[in-house]
Amino acid sequence: MASPMNSPGVPSGLGENVLLTKLDDVANWARANSLWPMPFATACCGIELMATASSRFDLSRFGAEVMRFTPRQCDLMIVAGRVVMKMLPVLQRIWLQMPEPKWCISMGACACSGGVFDTYAVVQGVDRFLPVDIYVPGCPPRPEQLIQAVLDLQSRIKSGGTFTGKEFSLRILPEGPPRFEPDEIQRFQDRNELDLKRPTYTPEH
Amino acid sequence: MTDKKRKTIKWAEEPKIGFAEAIYLPAIVEGLKTTLRHAFEPRKTKQYPEEKPDLPLNYRGLHRLNRDDEGRVKCVACYLCQTACPANCITIVAAQPPSDDPHWAGRDKFPASFEIDELRCIYCGMCEEACPVDAIELTSIYDLTGMSRDEMIFDKEKLLSVFDKTVGGDKDPIRTHHGALGPASEIDLRTAQVAPPPPGHGRPG
Repeated sequence: MASPMNSPGVPSGLGENVLLTKLDDVANWARANSLWPMPFATACCGIELMATASSRFDLSRFGAEVMRFTPRQCDLMIVAGRVVMKMLPVLQRIWLQMPEPKWCISMGACACSGGVFDTYAVVQGVDRFLPVDIYVPGCPPRPEQLIQAVLDLQSRIKSGGTFTGKEFSLRILPEGPPRFEPDEIQRFQDRNELDLKRPTYTPEH
Repeated sequence: MTDKKRKTIKWAEEPKIGFAEAIYLPAIVEGLKTTLRHAFEPRKTKQYPEEKPDLPLNYRGLHRLNRDDEGRVKCVACYLCQTACPANCITIVAAQPPSDDPHWAGRDKFPASFEIDELRCIYCGMCEEACPVDAIELTSIYDLTGMSRDEMIFDKEKLLSVFDKTVGGDKDPIRTHHGALGPASEIDLRTAQVAPPPPGHGRPG
């Protein structure tokens, strides 16, 4: 592709001093190389997640080592381990507390599909309730596999991201139980004099 | 407190701190020695995407479906792996090949459909232990990730293509039914000289 700096009308020599790029690309570059994970480690996959962040595998080579234990500073949810139905509201609330743009890696067989725990109590895949970007199979996955997932996520962010975050509105909303009790929402609305609408699931996405 | 009781109490003397300990310098030097030793040690970090891990030959990674000498799928659809699977991730549909088809000469049954849900699998290797014809094996492919749930359900063609990709490589699976533990436990993995299978057992060809 011809650089716009070489087109006629532009003074010669300007192209060597000026770098043109798209705002989307800058945003994607910044987002992809500073993923701050939220470790939702509930089982043995969490041990492997710790190994990935430690010095032998060193996830910080890809800018994703800053594990923050408050969701408000994170943009990558790593669900490592099985999630039971009782834990799911916590997971959903943590996900909603994370600011956009945010991504989700489902790590391990239990988080991806329930694994061997095919029972009424265990969530059969967190993607029923969260929009999962990368699935990592394994029981538990190797640290290299998690690094590969982070690399895949980086290439995905770089290929499709926009500065305004249009692509996030195309995401499927959580399909699980309602986030709050209905009367809790009503009380919140009355207290703050708001007119909130419940999020709706639009199936064409 | 009586005198008798007082005698039974053992009073520990506070350790005497000499001049060397009081100025803290020996402790600082000791700590700096540790720091310097780590600074000049060879680096422990594995540079993963460039430097692949050296996995043992009996590593249990992604599955493959073996082919026999004529390129047909070796599986005889006996459902033993599906029965042995603790996670219920294997789904087989057996069929009878047409009797006049020369491609399936000598075969009574073959899998019309063979699906493994890689997200549910826990890579325990019980399927290859159960298989009476060594048709299913776990390869050394460790870095599988997926963007969607559908692409992680491996059907028969995908599993056969994994066989085509991995067969004959230096990481060919070496597990067979010979012996109590199999030849995988008997060879020296560092030299990785794979012994030829005993007659009537084991690997294709």
